[in-house]
Amino acid sequence: MTKNLLKKKPLNKDILVKLDKNEIEEIISKYPSNRKSSAVLPLLHLVQKKAGGWLPVHEMERVANILEMSYMRVFEIASFYTMFNIQPVGKYLLQVCKTTPCWLRGADDIQKCIKDNLDLDNGKTSKDGIFTLMEVECLGACVNAPILQINDDYYEDLDYKSTKDLLDKLKKKH
Amino acid sequence: MIKLVVDNLNVEVPEGSTVLQACEEAGIEIPRFCYHEKLSVAGNCRMCLVELENSPKPIASCAMPASSGMVIKTNSSMVKDARKGVMEFLLINHPLDCPICDQGGECDLQDQAMFFGKGSSRYNDAKRAVSDKNMGPLIKTTMTRCIHCTRCVRFANEVAGVENFGAVGRGENVEITTYLEKAVVSELSGNLVDLCPVGALTSKPYSFLARPWELTKTETIDVMDAVGCNIRVDSRDGKVLRVLPRINEDINEEWISDKSRYAIDGLSKQRLDVPYVKVKNKLLPSSWNDAFKNINAKLSNISSNQVAAIIGDQADTESIFALKKLFEKIDSKKIAINQHNYNFLKGNRSNYIFNSHINGIEKCDSILFVGINPRLTAPIINARIRKNYLNRDIQIASISSEKFDLTYDYNFLGNNIDVLNDIHDQKNEFGKSFNKSNFPMIIIGDEALKDSQSRNIQSICIEILTKANAFRKDWNGFNIMHNSSSIVGSYDLLNNYSSISHFEINNQCKTGEIKFLFLLGVDENLYKDYKDTFIVYQGHHGDAGAQRANVILPGSAYTEKSASFINLEGRLQTTERAVFPPGDAKEDWAIIRAMSEFLGKKIKYDSLNELRDQMNKEVFEKIMFREGSFNKKPLKGKFEKLNSSHLIGSGRNQYMTCPISRSSNTMAECLKNQER
Amino acid sequence: MLKEKDKIFTNIYGFKENNISGAIKRGDWNNTKKIISLGHETIIEKIKSSGLRGRGGAGFSTGLKWSFMPKIVTDRPHYLVVNADESEPGTCKDRDIIRNEPHKLLEGCLIAGFAMQAHSCYIYIRGEFANEAKILQRAIDEAYDKNLLGNNAAKTGWKFNIYLHRGAGAYICGEETALLESLEGKKGQPRLKPPFPAGVGLYGCPTTVNNVESIAVVPTILRRGENWFNSLGKQNNTGTKLFCISGHVNNPCNVEEVMGISLRELIDKHAGGVKGGWNNLKAVIPGGSSTPLLPKAICDNIEMDFDSLKAVGTGLGTAGVIVMDQTTDIVESITRLSHFYKHESCGQCTPCREGTGWMWRMMKKISSGQAKIKDIDHLLELTKQVEGHTICALGDAAAWPIQGLFKHFRKDIEIKLSKNKIAAE
Repeated sequence: MTKNLLKKKPLNKDILVKLDKNEIEEIISKYPSNRKSSAVLPLLHLVQKKAGGWLPVHEMERVANILEMSYMRVFEIASFYTMFNIQPVGKYLLQVCKTTPCWLRGADDIQKCIKDNLDLDNGKTSKDGIFTLMEVECLGACVNAPILQINDDYYEDLDYKSTKDLLDKLKKKH
Repeated sequence: MIKLVVDNLNVEVPEGSTVLQACEEAGIEIPRFCYHEKLSVAGNCRMCLVELENSPKPIASCAMPASSGMVIKTNSSMVKDARKGVMEFLLINHPLDCPICDQGGECDLQDQAMFFGKGSSRYNDAKRAVSDKNMGPLIKTTMTRCIHCTRCVRFANEVAGVENFGAVGRGENVEITTYLEKAVVSELSGNLVDLCPVGALTSKPYSFLARPWELTKTETIDVMDAVGCNIRVDSRDGKVLRVLPRINEDINEEWISDKSRYAIDGLSKQRLDVPYVKVKNKLLPSSWNDAFKNINAKLSNISSNQVAAIIGDQADTESIFALKKLFEKIDSKKIAINQHNYNFLKGNRSNYIFNSHINGIEKCDSILFVGINPRLTAPIINARIRKNYLNRDIQIASISSEKFDLTYDYNFLGNNIDVLNDIHDQKNEFGKSFNKSNFPMIIIGDEALKDSQSRNIQSICIEILTKANAFRKDWNGFNIMHNSSSIVGSYDLLNNYSSISHFEINNQCKTGEIKFLFLLGVDENLYKDYKDTFIVYQGHHGDAGAQRANVILPGSAYTEKSASFINLEGRLQTTERAVFPPGDAKEDWAIIRAMSEFLGKKIKYDSLNELRDQMNKEVFEKIMFREGSFNKKPLKGKFEKLNSSHLIGSGRNQYMTCPISRSSNTMAECLKNQER
Repeated sequence: MLKEKDKIFTNIYGFKENNISGAIKRGDWNNTKKIISLGHETIIEKIKSSGLRGRGGAGFSTGLKWSFMPKIVTDRPHYLVVNADESEPGTCKDRDIIRNEPHKLLEGCLIAGFAMQAHSCYIYIRGEFANEAKILQRAIDEAYDKNLLGNNAAKTGWKFNIYLHRGAGAYICGEETALLESLEGKKGQPRLKPPFPAGVGLYGCPTTVNNVESIAVVPTILRRGENWFNSLGKQNNTGTKLFCISGHVNNPCNVEEVMGISLRELIDKHAGGVKGGWNNLKAVIPGGSSTPLLPKAICDNIEMDFDSLKAVGTGLGTAGVIVMDQTTDIVESITRLSHFYKHESCGQCTPCREGTGWMWRMMKKISSGQAKIKDIDHLLELTKQVEGHTICALGDAAAWPIQGLFKHFRKDIEIKLSKNKIAAE
């Protein structure tokens, strides 16, 4: 698992994302001064967002250095929480909820629509690197099922047609 | 005390005990995988579930504090079912490849499955496969066997202080790994193998060598450093196959260093198995008779003050004592106590031992290192210091050649020894707080001992400790951290007999003043340019000393003899013979005894017991180590302000410090791994 | 049916402004000082006597939970932690509170924090709620601007800070000790209990973890009086509750209702009825995915409160009502929940790590008809092997839906499996 990670992208310190020192300080200041490591989730979120939706190894190490944590602890965390992607993802990360409440209301149709229109299977990224599809567990918006999450945004009460319209709109942007 | 009932037995346990400990107190064995006395409680394997009366669910006994009035059942059907269930779960993804697993025969999973399991599995799906991880030259991994008890992760983080061990992923995909699968770099990594309750982490050098029931087990003492770790040597067919720690809470708890564990392949390489005599500048195999004849010929031509000896790092007390007796007969006092250029104050025993005791470290609240890398010199003691560092508020500072990574935070005071002046005068913060601490320790090591101001450093340290009231009935804060197993014994036996240093002997060999030099396993710090010195080397390996010798007398390594060593605390311990020495090699005291007879200066002991009795009577009985009691104050010399001077590192590497470890391929691999 | 005037969440659908001026118009932050002036003990007593039971699933008395906090603050500060890691399938009420009534939550935090003598509060919101987190952060900023939070919060003289902390995708962080671990910057793996958070919680300090809804109703209860709250609903199951109705209904929605409302009334009145009519109902999961399902026969007459549902072998849980009509492949429904628990198991303890995966595989086989009838007993044994043997309740939560399924639908499944067998032969 870990070995493959390194092959994805060479370690190149030049490609570190730009971070605003004040922003980091502000995040860390939420927690007691001797409990810096509490800021690990918010910092990983921040870095992931800036790094294009995933966490290259050197960015994780950088967060570890900022928070004076060991690399292993940060890596454990990145591998534990599903929102952290330790492999690259497309510009639009499509997350289809497949848990029972969404499934009862047609989550399969959404997935079929994505397959039909983008030819994407679970966990795969389109060749142009624009779309990545992930089947996920309950997104916590069950009364608005079925849900498709695209990056930070929830698209609710979808069916095959509305999903297609949505995908067409995104495709048109490119 | 807490009173509770376990399986209808009344038990009393101290406050803070767990239910598991209470069960053990009642003599009931509770199966467990994740629980380990020396590690934090994880409570994750769920094997130790027991029934608590009035609780609807079984409880994890390892994590539940015992409280008064509890009624515990360990053999009810609830408990039996819980164990069977957990065991079945543990086994569904375990490969059951026992016939090809090195853990077979000493595997917790195997044993507990036999006692507590169902006997069969209902799992028919494909088993999870996990790729193996690279963990360096000592640890072989078969990660499919892992049961995720996290003992290894906790050991690495808590005891060893290396944070590159962890469990990544979640759910059934959790994998134990090192960070980016880099090798473990820790001097204590071998203990991971002992801790692993299954065959996921096994010993690489020992892989596929033997089954546990084929091994002869000998309980003995380690001599790779001055700590005197308690070990068990496992051998088969006259060959040492592995070394394991034995529990001794006062010394090594249950850990040993990688060198103690893995240098043993050096025991069968480069061995001296027959006597050698130099003929025309060439060492030729010879007989004991010839060897002694050559020595006799040389000795009968020179006067007694032309005869000298140096004691090596792994010499046992019996052979040192025998040598001393021989030198008394020869009438020479030129025996150097050790092969290093250490300068000690003339004083009492407190001047050269680790007075606070190893287990005393857990009491101390302030430590000052003076010229020492404890992680390199005595890994086990360093682990004890780390343990104390994690458990309590303790301040640690160091004056040493460089800032070493000691696995814990400390205040680095630089490498200039004159900082001690400031500490003495309480001019710096550390000096002030050190003076106020209750159990202060100063630990002095090789960098300071070989410094030109060595004696003065010791004096000022004694003075600092005196001011801090560190010499009391219940405490002695003055500590020398030695790096060899022979040195304290050598001091005890020779301190009042001889005062010549290794340095002076070297010089006198150079000037030709010494014509005959006896090396008792000395391989380091010999000057190249001796003038006609006849060298006799007694030892077990063809290392640097043997190459210089005119006559070689083949001795025994620590696994091949019953011999006594005194550890840095001043504790007398005895090794046991696990295997016989190779070829014509003999026990060391017996060689000196035989030689003395040949030389016409026979020392009077005919057996090892006779010699020991005499040695105890003459020396040890008077100074014997007593648990819990502390030696009196060391004597200080003339006390002067220290001059500015920078400490210089030992230049040693932790893996190659003696002829055995230098001959070991495994240690060479470790060194390569470390450099990488 | 709950009268409009007794509703606590008057903007749960977000038809009105969710900002501070809108909130103040609806009565939030109205003389908070007066409530605070009741004092620590009185507030706790009032909440106790209101009968409020925790809205996060377990249904433990909120006031009683608060009273477990030490009465005297030592050098270890007290913490209030709000569990907004809403991830239980079928549940999405906290999301709407945060989106539409954030100030109810914030005022509740101040009052609850004051009652337990905490000066700091962390709100742990699930990571996927990125936009909700933005709204909540804006509300927090507004409250600071108006000095409703800070050194002299709402002029009460009480220093109170609220920090928002985003999770990152782990259902298990809804378990209170896993949440604390996560908040401390570790993997979200539940802690062993004892010690309990009230003694040793966040950063080793006394801590109370409460659900969003439990906290958000506190100001209204204290404003309108504990007796008002107590008078609604049924004995021991008092007050109002947000129900989330999802699945096969005509109009899935969140709705605030009295405790003890009948399930049928809830669905018919608020969710537009079951698709195809009440008789088309097959089963209902009454309280989020962890609670065992109920077949139509029981649904006909069941009331939605903690004790009534417990009596029929299930629970109110988070009141996430998942409705399934006759078209539903009920085995597949539960199989998906089994997959959910397998996916969300933290991997720490053996029965859950190994058991959830095994249970899911068995369910998959039954769902696809490949299993034998005797496998059902085997699977039920497995659920018993997991249940009660784990560190936290996730193991139980994974076992219960399966047990519920076979309790009520075993016959149907056996028939289906034997048909498959005959077909195969």
